[in-house]
Amino acid sequence: MAYSEKVMEHFANPRNVGEIPDADGVGEVGNPKCGDIMRMYIKVTGNVISDVKFKTFGCGAAIATSSMATEMVKGKTIEEALKLTNKAVMEALDGLPAVKVHCSVLAEQAIKSAVSDYYRKRGIDPTPIVGEIPECEEGACSL
Amino acid sequence: MENKTASPAVVYADNAATTPVSPAVFHAMEPYFTQYYGNPSSIYSVGRQAKKALESSRETIAACLGAQPSEIFFTSGGSESDNWAIRGAALKMAQKGKKHIITSRFEHHAVLHTCQALEKEGFSVTYLDVHSDGIVRPEEVRSAIREDTALVTIMYANNEIGTLQPIEEIGRICREKGVWFHTDAVQAVTHVPIDVKAQCIDFLSLSAHKFHGPKGVGVLYCRQGIVLPNLIHGGAQERNRRAGTENVAGIVGMAAALQEGCRTMEERRLRLTAMRDRLIQGILQIPRSRLNGDPVKRLPGNASFCFEGVEGESVLLMLDMQGICASSGSACTSGSLDPSHVLLAIGLPHEIAHGSLRLSFSDQNTEEDIDRILEVLPPLIQRLRAMSPLWERIENGQIAYTVREF
Repeated sequence: MAYSEKVMEHFANPRNVGEIPDADGVGEVGNPKCGDIMRMYIKVTGNVISDVKFKTFGCGAAIATSSMATEMVKGKTIEEALKLTNKAVMEALDGLPAVKVHCSVLAEQAIKSAVSDYYRKRGIDPTPIVGEIPECEEGACSL
Repeated sequence: MENKTASPAVVYADNAATTPVSPAVFHAMEPYFTQYYGNPSSIYSVGRQAKKALESSRETIAACLGAQPSEIFFTSGGSESDNWAIRGAALKMAQKGKKHIITSRFEHHAVLHTCQALEKEGFSVTYLDVHSDGIVRPEEVRSAIREDTALVTIMYANNEIGTLQPIEEIGRICREKGVWFHTDAVQAVTHVPIDVKAQCIDFLSLSAHKFHGPKGVGVLYCRQGIVLPNLIHGGAQERNRRAGTENVAGIVGMAAALQEGCRTMEERRLRLTAMRDRLIQGILQIPRSRLNGDPVKRLPGNASFCFEGVEGESVLLMLDMQGICASSGSACTSGSLDPSHVLLAIGLPHEIAHGSLRLSFSDQNTEEDIDRILEVLPPLIQRLRAMSPLWERIENGQIAYTVREF
């Protein structure tokens, strides 16, 4: 297993690390038992994600995909952000080893989870817009 | 990735994974590639020279283990030796209706997976607890032995956490009960004194590349009088017991490395133990860190830690960026997302087991290496924790882990 230079670059210098105290949406996915948790904060101005920050516990790929996903949604509209796929995150990082693909899935879900929270805070049911975000079940990653 | 640090020197702290071939060993091997290249089974002089080197290496190795040369069989390494001893003993004893094997929960996968394969073939296996200190209890071996027990296989020193097992006591119990005893001594050889006779060991596996010998060569010691069924079939090498043209250069290198390693054992033990203990003391200054396994009954050059709130691989990558080579438990982490079976076996919860770091040292490490690790590691853990939502919860007291003591 070897990481691409892009993964290593994002791991070594992750973008958008931190918290947004007055975030408009906060989402968290993952499970400490599986070895990764991602939390994302978004600030929404108009319909645009004007700022985004993350905190991640996890491997190199978890940190790199968090960093890349936040970069990819920053400055985008909510609708555009919801179109972000794990595949796009992986491609932007020049690929991930097969056993690390789930990290990119978590990154996609973390963004969706933050957007769902944003909708809920505004009294809107996010499910018809964002869809179901599957719970990370214990055992799903072959504990 | 490019090394971006000011200092180009690499600190190699992963000697439990493999060691560099020492210059003396390399020198001893060299003529056997181009000068004495003959097949030891050939009749002419070039072959006879190779055969001579093979037999003198066998004598050297036997002497280092307290064995007879006829009890030493050359293999491709630790995994083959483990497979041969366990599968061979199981098949042999099954003929007498004995189809039970006793091992521990934290053996190397070469042992565990062989046992699991045998379970599928109708054998039953008892996996002994290794307790929170990472040590098998001899009395638990005794009580696990049954009428139909074919083999006890317990590693000499654990490859991840470095804990030493009471091999002689277990050996005596097995001898008394008339049960064969195998030990995977891959991590222990040249680090602790081994005497197969005094320690009542029937089979012992070792691997040259763990003590500055070459990769791809090892030994199975098999006590005189026991004939295991062959694992590798073919030619008549190794007195008809293990087929395949011998890796002459590798075997010569292994003998040279073992002899040198045993000769300098005591001096190395003293030096590495002091270095290791200074490292442990320094690293345990990091809040919510722990040493895995017994602090004293461990290999001189092994220290294994867990850090709450961080994940092991990211620690390794950051260490690598600073030129420090380490491991997060066994070298197998790259292929699996599961935390180490060794750390789970000593009672650590998954969440803590994910944050492990193994540092292992050899003759070639210096006090400066320890200084460098102690300088680099604490800020690196702090940096990862600063971005960890798990650490945030631990610090706020929202999560408190309980480590199972048993």
